[in-house]
Amino acid sequence: MSLLEDELKAEAEESQGAAVTSPAALTAFRRGASGVMVPIVTTIIAFIAAGLIVLATGHNPLSTYQSIFNGTGLNWVFPWVTGGERATAAGNLQQTLLQATPLLLVGLAVAFAFRAGMFNIGGQGQYTVGLIAAVWIGSSFSGMPAVLHIVFAIVAAAAAGAVWAGIAGVLKAATGANEVISTIMLNWIAIWLGVYCFQLGGPLQNPHMSSTPVSSNVVAGAKLPVFWGSSTLQGLDIGIFIALALAVVFSVLINRTRLGYEARTVGFNPDAARYAGVNVGRTWVRVMLICGAFAGVAAALDILGWKFNVFTNDILTSQIGFYGIAVALLGRNTAGGTVAAALLFGALLTGTSDRNIHLSIDPTLVQYLTFMIEGIIILLVSTDVITLRLLKGGRQLRVALKRKPSEEAPKSDAGAS
Amino acid sequence: MSVGAVAIAPSRAVSPKQIGIAGIVLAAIAWVITIPPIESRGMVPTIVLAVLAVCAGAWAIAGGERKIGSEAIVVALFAVAGAAASVNSAVSTLESVFTWSALVAATLRYATPLLFAALGGVISESSGVINVGLEGMMLMGCFWGVYGADLLGSWVWGLVVAAVAGGLLALLHAIFSVHLRANQIVSGFGINFLALGITGYFLEYHYGPNGTPLNISMIPNVKIPGIQHIGFFGAAFGDANLMTWIGIALVPALTFFLFRTRGGLRLRSVGEKPRAADTVGVSVVRIRYTAVVASGVFAALGGAYLSVGFVGSFSNDMTNGRGFIALAAMIFGKWKPWGAFWAVLLFGFGNAMSDRVSSVNPTLGTLFEALPYVLTLVAVAGLVGRSRPPAADGIPYVRD
Repeated sequence: MSLLEDELKAEAEESQGAAVTSPAALTAFRRGASGVMVPIVTTIIAFIAAGLIVLATGHNPLSTYQSIFNGTGLNWVFPWVTGGERATAAGNLQQTLLQATPLLLVGLAVAFAFRAGMFNIGGQGQYTVGLIAAVWIGSSFSGMPAVLHIVFAIVAAAAAGAVWAGIAGVLKAATGANEVISTIMLNWIAIWLGVYCFQLGGPLQNPHMSSTPVSSNVVAGAKLPVFWGSSTLQGLDIGIFIALALAVVFSVLINRTRLGYEARTVGFNPDAARYAGVNVGRTWVRVMLICGAFAGVAAALDILGWKFNVFTNDILTSQIGFYGIAVALLGRNTAGGTVAAALLFGALLTGTSDRNIHLSIDPTLVQYLTFMIEGIIILLVSTDVITLRLLKGGRQLRVALKRKPSEEAPKSDAGAS
Repeated sequence: MSVGAVAIAPSRAVSPKQIGIAGIVLAAIAWVITIPPIESRGMVPTIVLAVLAVCAGAWAIAGGERKIGSEAIVVALFAVAGAAASVNSAVSTLESVFTWSALVAATLRYATPLLFAALGGVISESSGVINVGLEGMMLMGCFWGVYGADLLGSWVWGLVVAAVAGGLLALLHAIFSVHLRANQIVSGFGINFLALGITGYFLEYHYGPNGTPLNISMIPNVKIPGIQHIGFFGAAFGDANLMTWIGIALVPALTFFLFRTRGGLRLRSVGEKPRAADTVGVSVVRIRYTAVVASGVFAALGGAYLSVGFVGSFSNDMTNGRGFIALAAMIFGKWKPWGAFWAVLLFGFGNAMSDRVSSVNPTLGTLFEALPYVLTLVAVAGLVGRSRPPAADGIPYVRD
């Protein structure tokens, strides 16, 4: 009996009497408790812990967090923020949402695999091949009608990502190769492939800038329309709606389709699923194809929305695959949770970026503070025990007080001996 | 006795598995003859050998050894491609790429940090704790090694400080995976993010935008007097870093510990059947804590070699995924010290090759960077499918 289940049982006994301690009731409770509260409390703990580090190194955590918050642009929602401050806030919020868009999609790519019991560490590679495909298609075919061109580039990027993830799925299904190691290898292969494509003399390097390792620019017709802010100063494009629509697709796919049902069954227990007639290998491959497509679309939206080209250095320094894992974990692998987590991480990235010169503390320090916050969040997400303890601390105390001393006595004896 | 038995005997003497291995060896030879020192300038011998290798592979497949057989065929295809590349290059190019002594020296240089981390992974996973946090623990070693060497004036102290920092981070991983029964892969990722944040924060906090000082005390190279001036051996091994030799010495030492001593047996028993180990009085919790912390120390020493032994400074995220490569090498090496050793040599060789190729043809050099990963992918699909992690790897132990 694990700590967690002990606590859940105590909780169930308290609320509904000793009769309801069936596994189903416990599961239902666990879903309810951990659905919303645990990630939120986890995030708060992480901010407090990182704040302590700021304090220990001689800075003021409150003013630091306030400037991060203002840097995210989320103060835009307050009606009393007006004038020039409001314009800055709007710009920052657009940036936050631009960052959140790919995070959401790569998060979905990780989450979908998780639901099928697989660990997709390959978000980075799937995103990278998506970049290559999107920028290649987006910068060619300049005569194509705009809508067709955009759809073509997004589909190509999705297909590239799907193929890349599909390799890991096929290897797992056919030879039992561990997807953790194969996706890590595919990440590096994709990264060097990308560097090869755009480096000096590479096949997709910009022919008009022979001394810069960069791709050609996306043609005007393939750029996503900007609906908020300036289209020349990285305003918010319609990519975020595509990402949100795909989050809905994710939810429907996992909860309302046969593939989703089979994927979840395989995730719970592959042997049982196989016994029940599910083709486990085929499910793995299909799930990975879909994961890769999500990550590929993330890259396409970045390219067509605001990046418009790729430097080899972008490919070498991008961390989006790992952010995607963090987003999926914090979002509990659900569509809604992943949207919220992507927003949080997008806000953290924007709020701590170098652009926000009004920070009271060195922006570089704050960037690394973000990594620490993320690390603590992921650590806490890896185990429910701590947060559930904190959440239930008060209630457990009351339960303990209600118990008769005679019940409690032998327990504490056993603990002491 | 009968004629039939005599007829069958030869095929029993050579099993399909051996045929398949012979096929792989033939395929390798098909490529090797086109590079220095042999430098065959025609494709004919290569193609003959490759066809033989494919036949051997097909024979092995027909005999039931599907994986080895298909590997022989895949290696033969790679060999023909490689040979075509060598035959179409100028002799001078070939000789500048395949300067074997320099290649061996560079392979050892690249393999050393990976070796330490991979051996750390072997220790941790043998005890039943998955350690995805190797990357973060290496990174801690990188930064705190430089910090220690700078502050206390000696690379010895740099190594000590690095080991302590890596051990502390590993202790955190142990608390989460042993006591709090976390999902160990997930908590390992948390450890990596945390290390990225901590090292970056303190780099900025202590050294600011100028970065770490350039004149820190570095781990010395070992000049072996006997062979230092003897041609190939001198250039390949005569001037290797102290950490390289320590790392190589650790491989048999760790093998001996794991498989020949009481402590090693206990460690493996905890990783295979914790319940049984617990029943006979072995403390699962204590052994797992010790093993995870030890793996952190190993990984941090590998990281310290990178910064204090090789580069001489620290830059953000300077491990750049090496911890994950070490993890892959450990899995590739079937969770055994010697297996991990050969695997890190493969990665080291890939890096060294791409360096040499880059000096001749930068565009092609980039593609060579991907070669070790491609080879691992092929090998994982073929070889490692049959290997098995410790039975209780990744499963938290709950005492009744």
